[in-house]
Amino acid sequence: MMTSHIPLLIPATFLLAALLIPLAALLWRRLSWLLAVAATGLCFFYAVKGLAHVTTAGRLHYHLAGWQPPFGIEFVLDPLSAFFSVFVTGVALLALIHAGRVVAHEVSGVDMGFYALAMLLLAGLSGMVVTGDLFNLYVFLEISALASYSLIARGDPRAPLSAFRYLTLGTTGAAFYLLGLAFVYMSVGSLNLADVSHLLPDVGDTRPVLLGLSLMVLGIGLKMALFPLHAWLADAYTHASSAATALIAPIGTKVAAYVLLRLMFFLVDPQYLRDQTPLPAIVGCLGAAGMLWGSIMAMCQKELKRMLAYSSVAQVGYIALGIGLASPLGFIGATLHALNHACMKACLFLVTGNFRVRLGHSTLPRLVDDLRRTMPWSAAAFTTAAISMVGLPPLAGFFSKWYLVLGSIQQSNWVFVAVLVASSLLNAVYFFRVLERLYLTPLAPPDDTDVAAAAATREAPASMLAPTLVLAGALLVLGIFNAWIVSTFINPMIPSRLGW
Amino acid sequence: MPVTHESVIPLLAVLAPLAAIPLILLSSRRPNLREFWTLAAAFTACGLILSLLPGVLAGRTVAYDILTISPGIALSLRVDPTGLFFAIICSSLWILTSFYSIGYVRGAGEKKQTRYFASFALCIGATLGIALSANLLSFVIFYEMLSLGTYPLVIHKETRESYRSGRMYLTYALSAGLLLIVATAWTWALAHNLDFRPGGFLGGVLADEGAARALFLLFIAGVGVKAGLMPLHSWLPAAMVAPTPVSALLHAVAVVKSGVFGVIRVAGFVFGPATMQAFGLDTILAAVAAVTIILASVIALRQDNLKKRLAFSTIGHLSYIVLGVALLSPEGFMGGLLHLANHATTKIALFFCAGAIYVNLHKTEISELDGIGKVMPWTMAAFTVGVLGLSGVPPINAFVSKFYLCKGAVSSGQLVFLAVFLASGLLNMAYFFPILHRAFFRPGGAGLHGHSEASPLMVVPIVIVAVLSLVLGLYPNALVHFFDLARGISQSVMAGAAAPLAGLAP
Repeated sequence: MMTSHIPLLIPATFLLAALLIPLAALLWRRLSWLLAVAATGLCFFYAVKGLAHVTTAGRLHYHLAGWQPPFGIEFVLDPLSAFFSVFVTGVALLALIHAGRVVAHEVSGVDMGFYALAMLLLAGLSGMVVTGDLFNLYVFLEISALASYSLIARGDPRAPLSAFRYLTLGTTGAAFYLLGLAFVYMSVGSLNLADVSHLLPDVGDTRPVLLGLSLMVLGIGLKMALFPLHAWLADAYTHASSAATALIAPIGTKVAAYVLLRLMFFLVDPQYLRDQTPLPAIVGCLGAAGMLWGSIMAMCQKELKRMLAYSSVAQVGYIALGIGLASPLGFIGATLHALNHACMKACLFLVTGNFRVRLGHSTLPRLVDDLRRTMPWSAAAFTTAAISMVGLPPLAGFFSKWYLVLGSIQQSNWVFVAVLVASSLLNAVYFFRVLERLYLTPLAPPDDTDVAAAAATREAPASMLAPTLVLAGALLVLGIFNAWIVSTFINPMIPSRLGW
Repeated sequence: MPVTHESVIPLLAVLAPLAAIPLILLSSRRPNLREFWTLAAAFTACGLILSLLPGVLAGRTVAYDILTISPGIALSLRVDPTGLFFAIICSSLWILTSFYSIGYVRGAGEKKQTRYFASFALCIGATLGIALSANLLSFVIFYEMLSLGTYPLVIHKETRESYRSGRMYLTYALSAGLLLIVATAWTWALAHNLDFRPGGFLGGVLADEGAARALFLLFIAGVGVKAGLMPLHSWLPAAMVAPTPVSALLHAVAVVKSGVFGVIRVAGFVFGPATMQAFGLDTILAAVAAVTIILASVIALRQDNLKKRLAFSTIGHLSYIVLGVALLSPEGFMGGLLHLANHATTKIALFFCAGAIYVNLHKTEISELDGIGKVMPWTMAAFTVGVLGLSGVPPINAFVSKFYLCKGAVSSGQLVFLAVFLASGLLNMAYFFPILHRAFFRPGGAGLHGHSEASPLMVVPIVIVAVLSLVLGLYPNALVHFFDLARGISQSVMAGAAAPLAGLAP
């Protein structure tokens, strides 16, 4: 009975929590955090249950108010959306548990607002994942976008400005999506994703459809921070509070990547798209360029959060490269990398939060090697995630790159292979730079105050350390069991038209 | 076909050093307990590896699939004669190095000893994994682990120079690892198979000469960095800033031999002699190796730092093995394999001696070694054994392998490589004998008064490896049947089938 409601329950629970949190905060301020964690935990439970159902018994369709598609709005849990719901809610749960202390420390006084907006953000993101309707997707996209603008606007003094830039660009992206959708609707006369996908092959004049699709990809590319549309990302992630960054960075761009997967593999025939249009090639090449550019920019940063933000630009490039391959291996690589990168980036941002709470900063040149003694677990978690980002086996990051390399070689795309290799090396450069600071005696004597601060600090509190370590452990588990994940969850979601 | 048995012993052998890591980290405040874990792991791993020897000699192959790591590819261990050969060398020398390390780090008062022993255990676990890997992807995974585990050892001294060397090492090792990954992926795309097979499995798959050469070069670049093939060798002399036991075991045995072992796997078990010959790949490999042998020996002549001279000597001797493989004759292949073992015992003796001299007398340059033969007679006697062996003087073991290498050059009709081996032997004498001359025939300075041998923890392993070198020279089949194993491997690779090893049991 309840299982059939799961597609709706996930975004609805988040929406309800967003409304309840202001009321609950009137009773007891800490209740807002507890409520947010509880709601996210509940949604994670739903998502896991939904994924189990989808894997064993097939997909779940929920017709809102009983209206049949294509007239009514449909929520769908298929292998792809169920998979994304699980890791989006899972990572969000860990980030929110971690956020309890960070919010109190960095943006104290607005915790009620933070959690309410976080719930709205998650309602939007999970709605984008489960909806089966292209216009409804736009609505959820705006919900999540508005929530994230406000979340990002609280932080250090420059946060409002960067949030405004994000707002300008984000709104432009959403507008492009809507404009593109209008073209598609004009040609097909339907907004239901499955219906449109069914009708598209019969459309005679493909030019408006392709134009519309390109505009939608452009808009989503902006949301996803696909190079060169990534300008908003670095400032937004750097100046926002660590809690907001840790929540938005790992999953925000992933959900945009999910939409891109939906558009390019499910809405239209990926084979047709690859053979008849340059769209996949363009997405792939932009991804490749982003992998290099993001990594080079990351190497130049002194602030850990900013370095990680640029690293996100690079990592999103991996996903785009996989999508651009438009082949089963590329699809596997892109999907697996979305999962892996969500866990890696969340882990790294959580450690950054630990540093900020304990040391008051996360500036690279001011990190000293005493941290290896005073915050051993945080440092170890960072090391694990960093090595995974570099892509060394048996950690998770290696395997998504492995599928991407396999996919690129299968198409004899040696440029992509070279970019994957080069980008991994650049990753190694900027991550080992941090590891050297954490573990090795510096050559130039560091500032005394930094040494004193590092020596006097303690390991992060349990509520922050536990999510960090869970994510670090998950990287090892995801790496070792990647073949199981691929064969159980990812293979069933590969569209049959791709010929797998 | 050989019978394959499933057994967890190979997995346990790889896990023994890895399991020691947390124990070592947890007992960082109790040095004796910490060193106990290292020794316990070393003896366990070696015992497990040796327990596999009778079965392999009887023609049984033991394998264990750990788990599926990528659809169609398992992370899998398989004890074939080649892997066992390398695993025996590493695990047995690890025991000696462990004792020596304890003497060394305590004698030299090194910092961060816990990190040192933990990283060492990681490296050995990874090396055993490399030795026992059943397919290319498993090989790559352990290969990358080895790169990572060696880094903390290279930068151990935490000086500007060691940081520079560490970064250089990482750059080389990670780039090589990535090339190897690409090569592995390409192989999978071509053959949909990655399992090592004597005689290779790419035979029927490769058609295009350009692609074959490109793939081969990718592989050779991937494993050649660790094997010290020129021009990919620069990290090795730089990595000599590491503590001497690291140089001894890792940069004379485990890490560099993993690279050479990779060459053996690629040439003999992925491409196979027939394919190598068909596309002229053997000529490429042999030319690179021959140039490396000569150049490295010439450069070694000019080094005054003892460890640097040993490093360049190592680069040269690694290429002996590579050249032996590239000759594609049974004797050459067998000589290469034997040299893998024989160079290990002799070169580790030389490095152990260099470390003992450093800890005892704080001397690192060859020009400072006047008269130390009288102060440290045991150490320098062992050094002499190593030097004689590497120069190719019987009855030390390295003579045997050189003899077979030369035989291989003759039987394959490539006399130019015979000249390379002989010239290099002379160069070896030219760069090693002056050290002996200084040590034994020049009067020592006043600084040597009051000094005697290093601690027994160091001297005993030194003497043992020297005696081992001598014993293996007199009886190449002694103890662990290296000679039979090498002959069997070489026959199976050349015949392209795994059969001939059966019935070799004593």
